[in-house]
Amino acid sequence: MANPRLWGLKKSPWVFHVAAASCNNCDIEILDLLTPRWDIERFGIVLVGSPRHADALLVTGVLNRKNLPRVLRVYEQTPKPCLVIGIGTCTCHTHMFESSYNVVGPYDKYLPIDVYIPGCPPKPESMIMGVVKALKRL
Amino acid sequence: MNIVRILFSYIIFPGFIFSAVVGLFLTWIDRKVTARIHWRVGPPWFQPYADFLKLLLKETIIPEGSSKTLFFLGPLLGLVGMSILAVMLFSMNFYPAGSFVGDIIVIIYLLALPPIGIIIGGSASKNPLASVGASREMTQYFAYELPFLIVLATIILKAGGSIKFGDIVLAQQVQGPFLYSISGVIAAVVILLCVQAKLSFVPFDIPEAEQEIMAGPYIEYSGVALAIYKVTRAMMLFLLPLFLISILWGGFADWWAIPKFLLIIVLIVLMKNTNPRLRIDQALKFFWVGLGILSIIGLVLAFYGL
Repeated sequence: MANPRLWGLKKSPWVFHVAAASCNNCDIEILDLLTPRWDIERFGIVLVGSPRHADALLVTGVLNRKNLPRVLRVYEQTPKPCLVIGIGTCTCHTHMFESSYNVVGPYDKYLPIDVYIPGCPPKPESMIMGVVKALKRL
Repeated sequence: MNIVRILFSYIIFPGFIFSAVVGLFLTWIDRKVTARIHWRVGPPWFQPYADFLKLLLKETIIPEGSSKTLFFLGPLLGLVGMSILAVMLFSMNFYPAGSFVGDIIVIIYLLALPPIGIIIGGSASKNPLASVGASREMTQYFAYELPFLIVLATIILKAGGSIKFGDIVLAQQVQGPFLYSISGVIAAVVILLCVQAKLSFVPFDIPEAEQEIMAGPYIEYSGVALAIYKVTRAMMLFLLPLFLISILWGGFADWWAIPKFLLIIVLIVLMKNTNPRLRIDQALKFFWVGLGILSIIGLVLAFYGL
């Protein structure tokens, strides 16, 4: 409670889901987090529909020439301070699409990613652990 | 000294701060009950306060090309309206003699301020989804206002034709709450559905339908402006059931008001969690044809003293 700004951000991180051309597996696992089995609302995490309301961006998928400007635009539209959480192995490096003609490279060349959650797709438990680690690091 | 008392009542006790704190607590009850209905655990009790604090301290972005004045006027209008409404409701219930002629009409206008604020803010934010949301909000406002006004006419008729809010509360203390009659029950059903639409809770959350138009008029808001919208919604969740109790269920100047209030809140939350969302044309038809006819029947019954 020493720093109210940090306390508020830690206790209610609202997340926006940026599906940057992923294969949909990570997206479905993210939706699993909202179900009664995992229920991330007990940590105050809510999935919001607009990047303006978000405190954390969940990015999935590999960056390519088409979606790079859009992902950067969404990042610019998010009010700061905000976290960027990379979900899935695709966000750690370029995964199996490395030699593809339109892949522009890993995320950390363009965006400051706070935590990577590997897995293809990662389990919901590991996503919760990743978010908790990202919040503890603040 | 007098001016200090007036400022205190508008800003601290029944006004802004008190009703905001209670209202945010009620949004926690809403979220917790919703979570329990879904068989989830739900957020901790301080969750709405943490959300509010976080939004207050975040960056506020003004969209490019939007009108800055109107963009911030939108949230403020609703907040001011609800703060004044809180003071009026409390003073009319605890000192009914201080009522002035026509204050029920003032209350109708104060209740219109939050939707007007949402329409202004949504239209000013220069986003197609926000303008769709604003136009839906406008349609829905015209839809629920008709049965709402007919019900208020019923209540004015039952109070002996007085348009003083204090007289309505006093008449109920003398002859028993208006709810305990056939026209009173009809009025309560109609006005409960109107309150649901005013709060834009689920069967009538058409303006901000999350799955279709994201957050509707709120889509471009961030930081302080979004926090003001959230706190206005929370204050409405506190004040509208109080308004309902004071016009139909004998005022809230005694301890019996607390179980009555909780019953209304639980009814609203249960309705929210057990219904699908209507389309805007279905909502318009429901309010104008269904509830319109029902409320006119209530008005006729009240005229014959039933």
